[in-house]
Amino acid sequence: MHADRLRLLAAFALALWMILPTIPLVVWSVARGWRYPDLLPQGWSLKAWSFALSGKSGVLESLALTTGIASAVTVLAALIGVPAGRALGLYRFRGKGLVTLFLLAPAVLPGIAIAFGLHGVFLRLGLAGTVTGVMLAHLIPVLPYMTLVMAAVFSRFDPDIEAQARLLGATPWQTFRCVTLPAILPGLMTAALFAFLVSWSQYVLTLAIGGGRVQTLPLVLFSFAGAGRNDITAAIALLYILPGLAVLILTARQVTGRGAALSGGLRQWPR
Amino acid sequence: MTDRRHILLLLAPALIVLGGLFLTGLGLTLLRSFRYFPALGLTQPDLAAYAAILTTPGFLKSLALSLWIAATSTLIAAALALGAALVLRQTFPGRAFVSFLVQLNLTIPHIVGAIGILYLFSQSGSFARLAYAAGLISGPQDFPALTQDPFAIGIILLYVWKELPFITLILLANLQTLGEDHEAVARSLGASRWQTFRHVLLPMLMPGLASASGLVFAFAFGAYEVPLVLGAYSPKALPVLAWQAWTDTDLATRPEAMAMAVVIALIGLLLLALVARTLNRGERDAR
Repeated sequence: MHADRLRLLAAFALALWMILPTIPLVVWSVARGWRYPDLLPQGWSLKAWSFALSGKSGVLESLALTTGIASAVTVLAALIGVPAGRALGLYRFRGKGLVTLFLLAPAVLPGIAIAFGLHGVFLRLGLAGTVTGVMLAHLIPVLPYMTLVMAAVFSRFDPDIEAQARLLGATPWQTFRCVTLPAILPGLMTAALFAFLVSWSQYVLTLAIGGGRVQTLPLVLFSFAGAGRNDITAAIALLYILPGLAVLILTARQVTGRGAALSGGLRQWPR
Repeated sequence: MTDRRHILLLLAPALIVLGGLFLTGLGLTLLRSFRYFPALGLTQPDLAAYAAILTTPGFLKSLALSLWIAATSTLIAAALALGAALVLRQTFPGRAFVSFLVQLNLTIPHIVGAIGILYLFSQSGSFARLAYAAGLISGPQDFPALTQDPFAIGIILLYVWKELPFITLILLANLQTLGEDHEAVARSLGASRWQTFRHVLLPMLMPGLASASGLVFAFAFGAYEVPLVLGAYSPKALPVLAWQAWTDTDLATRPEAMAMAVVIALIGLLLLALVARTLNRGERDAR
């Protein structure tokens, strides 16, 4: 009985700690004047939200740009990462450990260590300060997640069904389209959503490669935070959380459900 | 033979793209750190940039601060995550809701959390207001400096908040794979709850815990945006110091920025090697 109550208390503390930092963000975003030492704002207003969502603030533009970059990076990463994941998941070969490590390294190494040099390379290629350059830079942290999640997916995939399809006269494309793709689709969706979130959360690579000319949401967030506009900053910060929330609800079955998807997928959760 | 070609073909795009971007980026950082920069008239590689940063007190202080941030955050987050995983493993009313919050936190970008922590713990933040309302302090200056402070408490709080769920979910996934049989056997052989945890469960969780902690350490050590929001003016976290040197209008500081980036990369590589070793060992044990 005593242990049960202790467990409930710990769970409650954990839940509180998890939501705590979002509370002032929610209050600030609808506050009208909230001076120290008032516990609550003098009044409530949706002005910060209507400003953030109006054309003047540049937030909508930035939202579209950030979504566009993250989507394009996700598609690129899938095109490159699915074959690599297949190689790692289906086959045993010499040097596999080394290849895995090499494909994992860019996700572990701090972005800032790569960004400085990459900027120099991109400057020469005319990619610095461009959206294309930022997308390519985002591939560095995104591709490892895509590859490793797909490797986990393919390790549970039975290639014999492909051979059977070919034996029955299917072309390679038909085999991929009608046999392989349906089998890997749930895993691919999870990997794609994670990839989207990793690109969506990037700050330092965007800033270094984009040189401030590619204004994704975190850059806009920073400029309002620096200007001391807590209400607008809070509204943008909450907007910035939304895709993550959507992803979580979309993948909820895989994440909370039992089974292999969990242990395979969670290891590669975006950071 | 055809199999090998097939594998190589499948891997080629990823190896070329990642190699092209990651290795050239890292390579140029390294080259520039040796002060090889023909555009600036530097054609003789040397170690002057490293000598320069090693003799500036600012660099060593920043390095020490970043190591302190990473070590403290990782230790606290790992310890709390172990507890959280053991709690969330049992069924209790509201478990689904708490798990949802833990997962939700994982998707929130670090910058958003950092701003939230700032609004909570700064000297005019929510807790300072609560302390004032309770009559504990008479003004913002009486509230302890928890953000932008020399001990980086705000930064550590942010990482504990953000990384606890990451480690917890990895541990929960491990626990689910392990099942409860090992513990049941230990208990039936007369082990106490603590002995079962200490000698049966913990050793089995160790590879997962160690690799997750390694990833957290590498991130907390090398992240730029979190100390930018929550860090003190001096000393700065190493990535912030490196960024400042990189964006300095005086181009002569560029090689020093590159040398600091190399130091950051080296510590990242070291942790990658440690993570790879524990994962390897875990896999070997599992076999």
